[in-house]
Amino acid sequence: MRHGTAIAGIGIMTFLALVAAAFARDAQFAAHMWVLFFVLLGSAVVLLRNTSFSPAGPAVDERSGYMDGPIRYGAIATLFWGIAGFLVGVVVALQLAFPDLNIEPWLSFGRLRPLHTSAVVFAFGGNALIASSFYVVQRTCRARLFGGDLAWFVFWGYQLFIVMAATGYLLGITQSREYAEPEWYVDLWLTIVWVAYLVVFLGTIFKRKEPHIYVANWFYLSFIVTIAMLHVVNNLAIPVSFFGSKSYSAFAGVQDALTQWWYGHNAVGFFLTAGFLGMMYYFVPKQVNRPVYSYRLSIIHFWALIFLYIWAGPHHLHYTALPDWAQTLGMVFSIMLWMPSWGGMINGLMTLSGAWDKLRTDPVLRLMVLAIAFYGMSTFEGPMMSIKAVNSLSHYTDWTIGHVHSGALGWVGMISFAAVYYMVPKLWYRERLYSLRLVTWHFWLATLGIVVYAAVMWVSGIQQGLMWREYDDQGFLVYSFAESVAAMFPYYVVRAMGGALYLAGALVMVWNITMTILGHQREEAPIGGAAPALQPAE
Amino acid sequence: MGLMDKHEIIEKNATLLLVGSFLVVTVGGIVEIAPLFYLENTIEKVEGMRPYSPLELAGRNIYVREGCYTCHSQMIRPFRDEVERYGHYSLAAESMYDHPFQWGSKRTGPDLARVGDRYSNEWHVQHLIEPRSVVPESVMPSYAFLKETPLPVDEIAYHLEANRGVGVPYSDEMIAEAKADLLAQADPNADTSGVEARYPKAKLGDFDGNPAALTEMDALVAYLQMLGTLVDFSTYDEAAGYR
Repeated sequence: MRHGTAIAGIGIMTFLALVAAAFARDAQFAAHMWVLFFVLLGSAVVLLRNTSFSPAGPAVDERSGYMDGPIRYGAIATLFWGIAGFLVGVVVALQLAFPDLNIEPWLSFGRLRPLHTSAVVFAFGGNALIASSFYVVQRTCRARLFGGDLAWFVFWGYQLFIVMAATGYLLGITQSREYAEPEWYVDLWLTIVWVAYLVVFLGTIFKRKEPHIYVANWFYLSFIVTIAMLHVVNNLAIPVSFFGSKSYSAFAGVQDALTQWWYGHNAVGFFLTAGFLGMMYYFVPKQVNRPVYSYRLSIIHFWALIFLYIWAGPHHLHYTALPDWAQTLGMVFSIMLWMPSWGGMINGLMTLSGAWDKLRTDPVLRLMVLAIAFYGMSTFEGPMMSIKAVNSLSHYTDWTIGHVHSGALGWVGMISFAAVYYMVPKLWYRERLYSLRLVTWHFWLATLGIVVYAAVMWVSGIQQGLMWREYDDQGFLVYSFAESVAAMFPYYVVRAMGGALYLAGALVMVWNITMTILGHQREEAPIGGAAPALQPAE
Repeated sequence: MGLMDKHEIIEKNATLLLVGSFLVVTVGGIVEIAPLFYLENTIEKVEGMRPYSPLELAGRNIYVREGCYTCHSQMIRPFRDEVERYGHYSLAAESMYDHPFQWGSKRTGPDLARVGDRYSNEWHVQHLIEPRSVVPESVMPSYAFLKETPLPVDEIAYHLEANRGVGVPYSDEMIAEAKADLLAQADPNADTSGVEARYPKAKLGDFDGNPAALTEMDALVAYLQMLGTLVDFSTYDEAAGYR
């Protein structure tokens, strides 16, 4: 029977969700379990309609020889969640400018902001990472994914995690730990999915036909392992009831704060950096058709990056009640982190040496180079902001928000887009993308969006910080807090426009990718920049 | 580069790579976080700190649920402007019973670490219902629904128990009386001697302007009104904290 195990498993889970809804101790948990029940019921129905009772034949052979099904779904999921995450981002940006857009209780800023951050980081970024890591590990190991349908479990299990996290936020189910907001039962589910992910990835490496493990896989592997560690420790909590949504963190106050930011900063360091560096180390060399610039540099890059990143968390807690020694340690390691970060950037950029001319004709490569450039810029800005004197101004302001977005939109977003543009024609056996002109449009819309966003947040953040500490000649504070809020209005409007440009670019991409998957190829001349016809020397 | 050549061993052995990278990423956390749990001077000793009363805890959970921390910090840094604006800089001890902490990372609105006793209950209720009617520049969402939502009280003892499970010193008596204490604290006509004895300095009475109903607004305002009011800074010896 096709999907037999899956149908049985989902059936049992559906029943358990119903039981949990019936015995729920609080209203949110009951609502959440009903959501889960209907999601699972829908999945079970879909699977049942697609089942067949003939004996299971050999797995359908892919033309590539690899297991590409979950990767195809992952590429589509990446775009779907990307649009969702960017859209919610534009909405929350507008809510800050026009507070009447808050719709209580479910769609107010406090509940939507975690939805935005999680959708972008974990749904968009996470799907890009899972899909690309499955793509890369098979091709660099010359082995099919380990574990058969386990890869499907990873994909669908992860989507279920996303749906449960997102609906939970809207219902007000949150741990209030930034980027780790889902409550205990969703955390447990993610742990199971994540272990399965590790098994698939590591199992594939174990059965590789290449003697060497390629550098991209080092980064992917360290990302998977470290996120597992961070996730488990940071989410240690005692639930009030096994039929209730609320739990209380195992740690309190100062210890809780440092545990959270040890997690929070390394969600950046390992989820948003190490994983995406894995992407860089595979897709950039493939796209330019050149080997990685320096093998030695990649070794140093890898070990230095993963060792140093984990220390940097306390820079989120400068001048707080965290002991000074921990703050200083965090600052020092953050500054040291600049070096491996730029080492990695150089390694990525210099991979183009001898092939820089391709930038003129290949907009996908342009996305990659811009991603690496933004990686360099935000890994310079980060250490700078971790200096205590700078941080005293920047902390609590929009500067931090701008910094995060130059990393997320510039680095994570752009390298993911490039990876999807690279993978989709290959996954669907198309000769090329539907349109390179549309990729160019995407490139410029996104670039403009990021530049507007980051520039505006610098101005608003620094202005905020300066207004709060402005004294007059007599020694009185010049501005009330409310005046600093009012001063932000124009910046918040322009910031929303920057976000909208970025969203528009992503929509162009969705169109382009959809047409590519459907098998269309647009006949077109490249936009400008084509090499002039060579003239014979006179 | 002999060392670089040896790297080949790790590149050919997935187990070594896995174990090696795991060990490398654990170091930082062990050195930085673990000492916070046993170094005695991480949290200075201050008088006045006590666990949250049941009503305050319920209010705190609403604060968490609505994501107030996404715009409000509860951590005053030791700078002249912050101390003047918000009060004495925050002490580690002041969040020693906070599971989880609510220090925040962004100030779209002002810091709330010492917002207790700064405004009247009426002001808070009005502000939560229609923020721009009292602060025209505000961009805060309205939370009018809190005043219409009854506060669930039956489970509160389990919440105290879970907190005791993670180290908050709630006594058996506090847990046994949790529901009664919650109701008494928000009831202007109740005998409050028990609550006051168990939770010194607890704010008493009706909070949301409607004594007939116990709502989520009551709980949230009760929580806001106690923030930063427990430690008496006239007796706090700053020098004792220097080492």
